[in-house]
Amino acid sequence: MIHVASLTKYYHDMCAVDGISFDVARGEVMGLLGPNGAGKTTTLRMLTGFLQPTAGSIAVKDYRIEEHALKIRRLLGYLPEAAPLYADMLVYDYLAYVAHMRGLQGVKVHQRIVELSALCGLAEVMHKPIAEISKGYKQRVGLAHAMMSDPEILVLDEPTSGLDPNQIVEIREIIREIGRQKTVILSTHILSEAEATCDRIVIIHQGRIVADGATEDLKQKTGGEKTIHITLETDAPATVQDTLQAIDGVRVMEVREHAGQVDLKITTAPDRDLRARIYQAIKAQDWILLEFCQQTQTLENIFRQLTQEN
Amino acid sequence: MRATLYVFSREMKSYFFSPIAYIVISIFLLITGWFFFSTFFIFNQADLRNFFALLPLVFSFVVPAITMRLIAEEMHSGSYEILLTLPVSLRQVIVGKFLAALGMVCAMLIPTLAYPVTVALLGGVDWGPVAGGYLGALLLGAAFAAIGLFASCLTRNQIIAFIVATIICFGLTLLDRILFFLPDSLAGVLNYLACGAHFKNISKGIIDSRDLLYFLSVGFLGLYGAQLVMQEKY
Repeated sequence: MIHVASLTKYYHDMCAVDGISFDVARGEVMGLLGPNGAGKTTTLRMLTGFLQPTAGSIAVKDYRIEEHALKIRRLLGYLPEAAPLYADMLVYDYLAYVAHMRGLQGVKVHQRIVELSALCGLAEVMHKPIAEISKGYKQRVGLAHAMMSDPEILVLDEPTSGLDPNQIVEIREIIREIGRQKTVILSTHILSEAEATCDRIVIIHQGRIVADGATEDLKQKTGGEKTIHITLETDAPATVQDTLQAIDGVRVMEVREHAGQVDLKITTAPDRDLRARIYQAIKAQDWILLEFCQQTQTLENIFRQLTQEN
Repeated sequence: MRATLYVFSREMKSYFFSPIAYIVISIFLLITGWFFFSTFFIFNQADLRNFFALLPLVFSFVVPAITMRLIAEEMHSGSYEILLTLPVSLRQVIVGKFLAALGMVCAMLIPTLAYPVTVALLGGVDWGPVAGGYLGALLLGAAFAAIGLFASCLTRNQIIAFIVATIICFGLTLLDRILFFLPDSLAGVLNYLACGAHFKNISKGIIDSRDLLYFLSVGFLGLYGAQLVMQEKY
């Protein structure tokens, strides 16, 4: 559906996107994940034809963007970051304007606006000026704007930024609903969002792709070391670290003491289950074990590993 | 073509749903009305020559006030990103916005039709120069609107857009009055660039292809420049 090859963008001397390549299949919900300034927005802006790439190529359904920019724009619905809509227009007028610009005519304009109003929950604000509605509603109007012509591909730049938790859940539900039939590309720096809404995640950092895979695969693939949290009660907190470190394959990462309790964060070597050995070591010392829990590798850990280097 | 029309109609609505249109039109009518009628009875002549003589000067700051927001505001609010990712070309956007500015110029000129009517009641009016004057005013407005649109592309700050456009328009208006400094050979060329002489010809009722060509080329250059600037930016 979408083919991107060695896409590069320089702003003067600054390299924002550095040779990104990926393919998006029909019906896929792809999340573009990365810290602030990683190049997510720039990538999406090039994809929608708003920015010219410095190098590289973009093709949507065999249309190359250099030759068929308008055709690609017809296939794409785009919600820019922070939904910059015309503040002086009424929501209804704005949607009617977008409908006309997207080639809808006559009674279809009203019909489509009514449909989208139901889908995005806009009925209450239809006749208010955009300047006066809340951020959450603005984002929903932006979503309705992007879906106006029922495009095959939706590109959403940080669709939930600045919303409250309830609104985030609502918008995610809408996106998941759309994702059943359409190809969706969304960018976010919120991991749980990518986890909740995307089939596939591409992590970019400093303009480069550092990971690309199905959400589940990605979680398993990088699952090397395991992290265990332990809380103990003991009279001799000073000896705890040495005792545990003596076990082969265990590394104590963090020790915190307060009121006779010791909190530990330890990592164990990959592909070995050391939990029994650790428990026995604790039992041998007659310490009271208050808490013992092994964390599975979350997307958050992967993200931090990949994006905190350099 | 259709997209151009929708851009045009959105801009026109935006002018008339906000106070901008009414303020600009009032200021324009106040200034022209005052300058025209304060001397009108002294000369005791039933013509509109003074009104038209004043137009280039008044237009060179009123038209930039109309055009300053066209692109600069969109770049400031970011809505430009939405506009250019809709299935429209840059040219359609620029032409649509230019036509809206021209529409505002027309909206300003229509109430001034009361002047020739008033004058006609007082004495016989030669309608030829009046028709020529209005044609000239439209051409001048179009040329200045194109310059204003170009200036509006240069910056996201509307005030800077206004000042840049005013400087260019004032420059073109006053150019022929400062030429006596210069050697004749240079003055001839620059005289052609000044809009005063061209406008004066048309407003006398003399429609010369050179004058038409002048206004059309200034307009074209402004719009083309606007397109180049936007292409360079994004």
